[in-house]
Amino acid sequence: MRKHSLLLLSMAFVLSACAVQAPPPRAPAQPRTLTIMTHDSFSASEAVIAEFEKTHNAKVVVLKSGDAGSTLNKAILSKDAPLADVLYGVDNTFLGRALAADILEPYNSPALAAIPDRFKLDPQNRLLPVDYGHVMVNYDKAFLQARGLKPPTSLRALTEPQWKGMLVVENPATSSPGLAFLLATIAAFPEGSAYDWRQFWRDLRANDVYVSPDWSDAYYNQFSGSSGKGPRPLVVSYATSPAAEVFFSEGKLQEPPTGNVEGTAFEQIEFVGILKGTKNRDLAEKWVDFMLSRRFQEDIPLQMFVYPVLPEAALPEVFVKFGQPPAQFFTLPTAEIDQGRERWIEEWERIVVK
Amino acid sequence: MKHVAPAMPALLFLAVFFAWPLVAIGQVSFTSGAFGRGATPLTVLQDPAYLGILAFTFWQAALSTLLTLLAGLPIALAFARYRFAGQRFWRTIAVVPFVMPTVVVAAAFSALLGPRGVINQLLQSLFGLEQPPIQLLGSLPLVLLAHVFYNVSVVIRVVGGFLSGLSPHLEEVAANLGANRWQVVRSVLLPLALPAIGAAAALTFLFTFSSFGVMLILGGARFATLEVEIYRRATQMLRLDVAASLAIIQMAITLLVGWTSAWLEARAGLPLEMQPADHARRRPSTPAEHALVYGSLTFIILVLLAPMATLVLRSFDWESGPPWRYYLALGQNVRGALFFVPPQVAIGNSLLFAFATMLLTMLLGVPLVYALARLRRGQALEAILLLPLGSSAATLGLGFLMAFDQPPLALRTSVVLLPIAHTLVALPFFVRAALPAFRALDRRLREAARGLGAGPLQVMWHVDLPLLAPSLAAAAIFAFAVSLGEFGASLLIARPEYPTMPIAIYRFLGQPGALNYGQALAMSSLLMLVTASSAALIEWIRLR
Repeated sequence: MRKHSLLLLSMAFVLSACAVQAPPPRAPAQPRTLTIMTHDSFSASEAVIAEFEKTHNAKVVVLKSGDAGSTLNKAILSKDAPLADVLYGVDNTFLGRALAADILEPYNSPALAAIPDRFKLDPQNRLLPVDYGHVMVNYDKAFLQARGLKPPTSLRALTEPQWKGMLVVENPATSSPGLAFLLATIAAFPEGSAYDWRQFWRDLRANDVYVSPDWSDAYYNQFSGSSGKGPRPLVVSYATSPAAEVFFSEGKLQEPPTGNVEGTAFEQIEFVGILKGTKNRDLAEKWVDFMLSRRFQEDIPLQMFVYPVLPEAALPEVFVKFGQPPAQFFTLPTAEIDQGRERWIEEWERIVVK
Repeated sequence: MKHVAPAMPALLFLAVFFAWPLVAIGQVSFTSGAFGRGATPLTVLQDPAYLGILAFTFWQAALSTLLTLLAGLPIALAFARYRFAGQRFWRTIAVVPFVMPTVVVAAAFSALLGPRGVINQLLQSLFGLEQPPIQLLGSLPLVLLAHVFYNVSVVIRVVGGFLSGLSPHLEEVAANLGANRWQVVRSVLLPLALPAIGAAAALTFLFTFSSFGVMLILGGARFATLEVEIYRRATQMLRLDVAASLAIIQMAITLLVGWTSAWLEARAGLPLEMQPADHARRRPSTPAEHALVYGSLTFIILVLLAPMATLVLRSFDWESGPPWRYYLALGQNVRGALFFVPPQVAIGNSLLFAFATMLLTMLLGVPLVYALARLRRGQALEAILLLPLGSSAATLGLGFLMAFDQPPLALRTSVVLLPIAHTLVALPFFVRAALPAFRALDRRLREAARGLGAGPLQVMWHVDLPLLAPSLAAAAIFAFAVSLGEFGASLLIARPEYPTMPIAIYRFLGQPGALNYGQALAMSSLLMLVTASSAALIEWIRLR
């Protein structure tokens, strides 16, 4: 008897757990739900989202789905039964793959007119540019000053003996800034040139480069210029990191404790697209328009520490002072990235860590 | 068949929430041209690079397990047999590392052992050295140390829980026959505790065999376990065929290890004279006994407490303003961010999921362990039950996505999936931790109770429960802690907004700046506090 009652009890529990899941019946006057699939770094102001919800009688649900690569993977895997109406956060390193997987619907948003052409990488507008940023090397000002060193001024300089053991990079196999930095070096030292990217990385390895699995470990545990006070003064981070250091010091810092190493930047552009099979196409279009509107674009810098693609969007003061985009940066055609990614990462691993 | 019936709910649970998603993702991985180029477990096994990873994964897990046992067994003995000041406090502290996010533990280790860490600075100033003498970052010794740090509480709890329920009667007999204390331990206690030691070893082995965060962050880029390689292939390279092949190999080995350990344990297990816990403790008297107790405490303080204390110290701002300002900042949404999580909400969510996980694990686990303890040839079943510990979280997460897209199980984005995913990891833990004690229950006691007219539930409540309490509490604490530490679930699904404490910590560590770092450490300190208090509470309930 006991066995049976336990069995029934447990089964009832499992079933009730499933039953909880049945969607509640929706009253007609209730707002419609718009679901946005995105990576873990997505952020926005409460007030800005509330404004969209109010204007369009909508409820915005955000599904954070891991890092950029995982998010795209999940969007592709759930193609036949889409999880969301909109996908945000595919960048130029993954754009080719997203388009090839045929998961997005074209949308010629009227808002695109105000956005410079150099950001529009998909002629069919299945993916529309929202923001851009630069992965680049940061240096610890105090560390360099104490040793009488001038910051390096190029990628090549990082291989000089005075920087031995001082640089931290992220592993391109596990980190998206790591991949962007690898792409910068491939753009700077192209295959087939006398000094190619493979040689550059061999030299970096000989110069004791440290490889972290992700940005958080690199920046906080290995980099000396962060609050984590690691041992090394150079780190692959973002062009906006010095400005963020000032912003998050709560007024304690008047100047960034870190600076950017010119000539090391790779440009990442992030895109939004409408997922195929959405039942809320009209609302999804409104959301895309909204992301490209001045209201949302001006919210971007202090939430995600990247730049809005809309030129007329005003930058906050801390960006104007300490977070201007770098004058020069590297980039690669998306088709080339898509074809080369797996091979480059494998070769990089053989050269640098094996 | 009758004996297996209580195990059915758990088996059904595993079939629906474990086997099915894996089959679903396996199917896509091997058939879809978009994700693969024809790799299979067989082709992967012919590649020397993967064989190297497999070999490394195996021997680092074996070494980690050995070290963890060496450190943990004496401590388990000290806790089970001797009475000393602050005993419950120290045992509670020992379970805290289990839940800590790896990146935070890495911060603690580098604050202690890094080139600019406390110990190196001390040594440098003491001996006037130019270079830091200890260079551990990105090395195997640090990985092993971290594995011991994370898993030693498994040995302390599982073996200690078993020993403290064991009557000291046999030991006394041996002592009366002239055996010295060491002989008693070697020829009486160790053999009797063998099933529990085997269980703790199997759990530690499987945890370190599928080591992910520790290997990624503390091992530097040179070392990769199968789990790390699966993640790399699946995430950035989008090669699901290779990832799924490696996942299958990893599970096959898990099965093998699980079966071997179950077989060994079944041979070693005897019905024993159990007694309600805590009656066997006495004060240490001989120098050897003192050495055991104080040695154990020294280990806990140096290896477990010191790194955690470093984190707590760093979570305060000692330079300006009120030192606790990062704690205050946790409650303020300065930027008006949509995803701001007030600390009480993160704590509440964490506790809610952990409680649900513990409850579900016990509902499924207790009948399951009863059934297993009575099965004569249950080794294959036990091995299968361990499988979730050895299956790649990344793969399983994608499997959920594929399997649960239709009603009645349209759970893909449901919050219910979270405690379910946690339970998948917690259940094998529970079974392994509780089984040795269930096996050791003396059948005669229960028969006597029945003979005196007790019904089955009365036997359970008045005979079984008091005898099993220490092991059950240990198993329950781990079920709770598995959920608090969010094992594997961070890779889960597209999750709606129910942020837990580890999620909040990772979020803070995703952006630069003193405020973010301070808040991450403040939240980590709160996580330690919540874990310790929960463990203490479960313990307290057991003693009631």
